[in-house]
Amino acid sequence: MVPRQAGELKPGLALSLLALIVAVMAAAAALVGPYPISGEQIASAVLGRLGGQRDPSLGQVETILFSIRLPRIGAALLVGAALAAAGAVYQGLFRNPLVSPDILGVSTGAGLGAAAGIFLSLPVIAIQGLAFATGLATVGLVYAVATAVRGHEPTLVLVLAGVVLGALAGACISLLKILADPYDQLPAITFWLLGSLASIQPEDVMTAAPAVLLGLVPLVLLRWRMNLMALGDEEAAALGIDPKRLRTLFVAAATLMTASVVAISGVIGWVGLVMPHIARLVVGPNFNRLLPASMLMGAGYLLLVDTLARTMAETETPLGILTAFVGAPVFIWLLATGRRGW
Amino acid sequence: MELRAEKLAFGYRRHAVGRDVDLAVRAGDVLCLLGPNGSGKTTLFKTLLGLLPAQGGRVVLEDRDMAALARPDIARRIAYVPQAHDAVFPYSVRDMVLMGRTVHRGLFAAPGAPDRERADAALADLGIADLADRDYTRISGGQRQLTLIARALAQETPLIVMDEPTASLDFGNQVLVLEQVKRLAAKGLGIVFSTHNPDHAFSCGSSVLVLENGLSRAAGPPQEVLTADLLSAVYGVDVSLEVLQSGYRVCVPPALAG
Repeated sequence: MVPRQAGELKPGLALSLLALIVAVMAAAAALVGPYPISGEQIASAVLGRLGGQRDPSLGQVETILFSIRLPRIGAALLVGAALAAAGAVYQGLFRNPLVSPDILGVSTGAGLGAAAGIFLSLPVIAIQGLAFATGLATVGLVYAVATAVRGHEPTLVLVLAGVVLGALAGACISLLKILADPYDQLPAITFWLLGSLASIQPEDVMTAAPAVLLGLVPLVLLRWRMNLMALGDEEAAALGIDPKRLRTLFVAAATLMTASVVAISGVIGWVGLVMPHIARLVVGPNFNRLLPASMLMGAGYLLLVDTLARTMAETETPLGILTAFVGAPVFIWLLATGRRGW
Repeated sequence: MELRAEKLAFGYRRHAVGRDVDLAVRAGDVLCLLGPNGSGKTTLFKTLLGLLPAQGGRVVLEDRDMAALARPDIARRIAYVPQAHDAVFPYSVRDMVLMGRTVHRGLFAAPGAPDRERADAALADLGIADLADRDYTRISGGQRQLTLIARALAQETPLIVMDEPTASLDFGNQVLVLEQVKRLAAKGLGIVFSTHNPDHAFSCGSSVLVLENGLSRAAGPPQEVLTADLLSAVYGVDVSLEVLQSGYRVCVPPALAG
């Protein structure tokens, strides 16, 4: 009997600790920013709002807190959790630890939909719908191509199909950028593609959150069956589940989550790839625990990166850049030390 | 409980692999499937498990046509033991075995304490209880094969289909796996397994089916069916049979004996 690895926590304890850390980070993030707000001010503003009574002396604090800082913190948590959850799903579903929403092209596909929506000056809800539709269509197409091309290593074909179709979507985005109005539409499109939470509105969080929750429902309900999908179709079927139907459902759910957060945050890489890995190292691959652990880590990680982005320098660094700066070294470290397999 | 194939044709829509195969497995039987590489053993297994539709004839499970059975109905009656494989993710051995409990739980349920007890009992039954907390990716091939058999036991089916359970195992592990096959059959399970070694049919098959180019070349009790002539013809090399003092039959290739 080999002892469990040093530093390995009981999964339940690890999850509670993660939740606590994320909660502390969120509270800390509310305190920092260009306009100083103290803990007491936050407490009385929040209590005042809950009690329905407003302290007039807190006018500006209230505005900053409720219109800017808290929506942004909420968005960071939501986007990070959704991307990490989708990454965990894709990796299990395609039995490949290197698959992430970005590699399958859903982010780029959703970005194309968002860019097209902006180009056509559609309202936010329509842009979200378009982003979702193109994200889903991209994953569907990648999957169809990978299935159609037989006789090769399936995961390799899948990743290649994702790269190819992602590049195609990228080309379409470039075309839209050239055609777009350079003063109005182009900055908005560029903003999507760099990924930022700088102009998050409270309504953005309110529109994205229900879609993310909707995508989360099947993942939570069928979390155990997700483990069987990671064994491959034949074994899963022999164990009594219907892999085709489940895959369609899981892909739709993960794509719904990814597409709806990409619509409010733009394309943010790395979270969906790296966070499930780290979560797997901490709580193991069982999806019952991997899903909540990935979501907590994704939420905490993006909150950290976004807080750095808005406090580090005068000009905000786009999130897509920061997540890569932090994500790449972590990923290399994981590859080098991968003791446990994936 | 009986698994039966009647005039079964199997393969893919545009690529027939085999036809006219008849077989039957009942509780306590061990049906050993022999055949050279490419003879269609794996495709036949997939069809017996309902993973591929029959291309002709039919597979009958407990007097019902396989084509009419839903996935969970099949999985409550036949368990499948694939060849020991590398898992992509490091599931614990206990989690691997717990996956066999899925069909006994509701759509949205995760296995609970009673399932964990069954899984641990299955592991103990195969003598690998101490592996429960190890990662499936970090145990030996033989241990993986035993884990997959434990999963089939946890699935609590009357029939188990094993695809080359001894392939890629060292000698000791092969013996260990075959011992389990015999023991499980003695407990009343019906087992179908394929192998590349005819000796395995002698040592634990109650009947044998020899598949060649997708056709049933011979079927019946191993002692009667597996003659030196048949084995020589099927495998394309000279084979002679020798009976050891203990009564144990072995295949010997004379070309190597000199």
